[in-house]
Amino acid sequence: MIRIEQVSLQYGAAEILKNVSLTIPKGGVTALIGPNGAGKSSLLSLISRLQSLQAGSITIDDLPVDTTPSREMAKKIAILRQDNQVGSRLTVKELVGFGRFPHNRGHVTQADADMVGEALKLFDLTDLAGRFLETLSGGQRQRALVAMAFCQDTDYLLLDEPLNNLDMYFSRELMRLLRWIADERGKTIVTVLHDINYGGGFSDRIIAMKHGQVVADGPPRELVTTETLRLIYGFDIPVTLIDGQPVALPFTK
Amino acid sequence: MIALTFRNPATLPILASIMLTLLCLISLGVGAGGTSLADLWHASGDTEILAISRLPRTLAAVLAGAGLAIAGLIMQAIARNRFVEPATAGTAQSAELGILLVTILWPAAALGWKALAASLAAVTGTALFLMTAHRLPATQPYLVPLFGLVYGGVIGAAATFIAWQTDLLQYLSVWSNGDFSGVLRGRYELLWLGAILVAVAWLIADRLTIMALGRETSIGLGIDYARMLQIGLVIIAVISAVTVVVIGIIPFVGLVVPNLVSRLMGDNMRATLPATALSGAILVLGCDILGRLIRFPYEIPVGTVMGVVGAILFLFLLFRRHTDA
Repeated sequence: MIRIEQVSLQYGAAEILKNVSLTIPKGGVTALIGPNGAGKSSLLSLISRLQSLQAGSITIDDLPVDTTPSREMAKKIAILRQDNQVGSRLTVKELVGFGRFPHNRGHVTQADADMVGEALKLFDLTDLAGRFLETLSGGQRQRALVAMAFCQDTDYLLLDEPLNNLDMYFSRELMRLLRWIADERGKTIVTVLHDINYGGGFSDRIIAMKHGQVVADGPPRELVTTETLRLIYGFDIPVTLIDGQPVALPFTK
Repeated sequence: MIALTFRNPATLPILASIMLTLLCLISLGVGAGGTSLADLWHASGDTEILAISRLPRTLAAVLAGAGLAIAGLIMQAIARNRFVEPATAGTAQSAELGILLVTILWPAAALGWKALAASLAAVTGTALFLMTAHRLPATQPYLVPLFGLVYGGVIGAAATFIAWQTDLLQYLSVWSNGDFSGVLRGRYELLWLGAILVAVAWLIADRLTIMALGRETSIGLGIDYARMLQIGLVIIAVISAVTVVVIGIIPFVGLVVPNLVSRLMGDNMRATLPATALSGAILVLGCDILGRLIRFPYEIPVGTVMGVVGAILFLFLLFRRHTDA
């Protein structure tokens, strides 16, 4: 369980997070939505200790994120960040293999190699395994980075806009995979999404943030309504039900 | 370029080892003393010259070359920029300034103390460079090397000014242009420190590779980023400082060798580190031999030869950049 208690964050005069408290139980897919600058990425950075806490506390399975040794945390939680400008001449396979580093500290075992092979297959990267990252397209690189986070094999997996650069096919594939990882492997997934319909289709719970605060929180069918979306985004979005799934349609002029 | 890609990690190190062995034999056989390898083989020549001068000189070139190439490799990983190297981004200049100051304040200091002063100055100078480099916008990769050149230039100018004021300009030129002709037994052994640091780099190669992916990826994988930054900094600074104290500044090695090896083998340091060290040794020893042969029996300092050879290699790298897959 991820327990966030009264977390605030400030940069100078700008308040990024205001007294946020949340608990995310083990298991399932949680989508984090909200307008740009709502504080979603900052919250993810704090949970994954990339940024240090200013006020409040965050624990993962009762381990405080700011005082638990980073090496231990790396076996608990993996994070995929938004910017992925990796101009590296590592191969896809080497990069995905580094996901095993928290476990093997550089001594690669057969089990590590098997896990890397599985990740390459799951994320449709087998054909690209020997390619240097700098030669890949944005979407291919994004998949390689998600595969690396998957290889870290942590109970908690945080993703900051994983659908960046992905086409419709791979967006759906990735969301299906995340669903599968949560259901079959018992992992807990928290992902920032911008397309609320992916949240509606694949998540168990949607948490909406605005101006550094949680403004709505609930299962997709309760949350994806014209009223709630107006509260979050500030304009009217028609919502229809298709096969029992709410679909937001912000496409009218 | 694809045809030239050495994806089998053993290929390049083996080729490089053979070439380095050949160069070492040539280096042992070449010198103004007139003793050839054949003479040495038959023990009819002056074997003393081998033990006192040629062997130390050969070892010094190998050690300095390997060390500088690895220092460049680590600096590029930490700065996340392929166009920086210790010899131009202020590390070597800071070392020079450190030796100069200790020479003024404590003229009788032994070589070891001078090396220590140079190392401390180099750590400080490099830390300042990296702190600034990490603040520059990542969207403008050419800003980092450009800043490095200006920064190194300013420190170098400060050293020149102080040396001029204190009548030590001639001393300064000994450190600012690398030269192996002064290497004798008993006067190069500090360079073995560089070999130890290269071994340390090998031990932490995986972590250095991950560091090149950035701070957030490193922390995400459980690496103590701040600690690794300090270790990398010390390796870069001490290798550069020891080389400046014993040999003088040798430009371009730390720049072109890691780039060439990366083109051929990629960026996984666990695989590329041996090839980088060997190639650095080949380049420096080759340039030293060239410097000994061009105006035989007179010598051209390795720093000067490298200035030409290194610049040509660098231009080659730049022009091949876009044709590279």
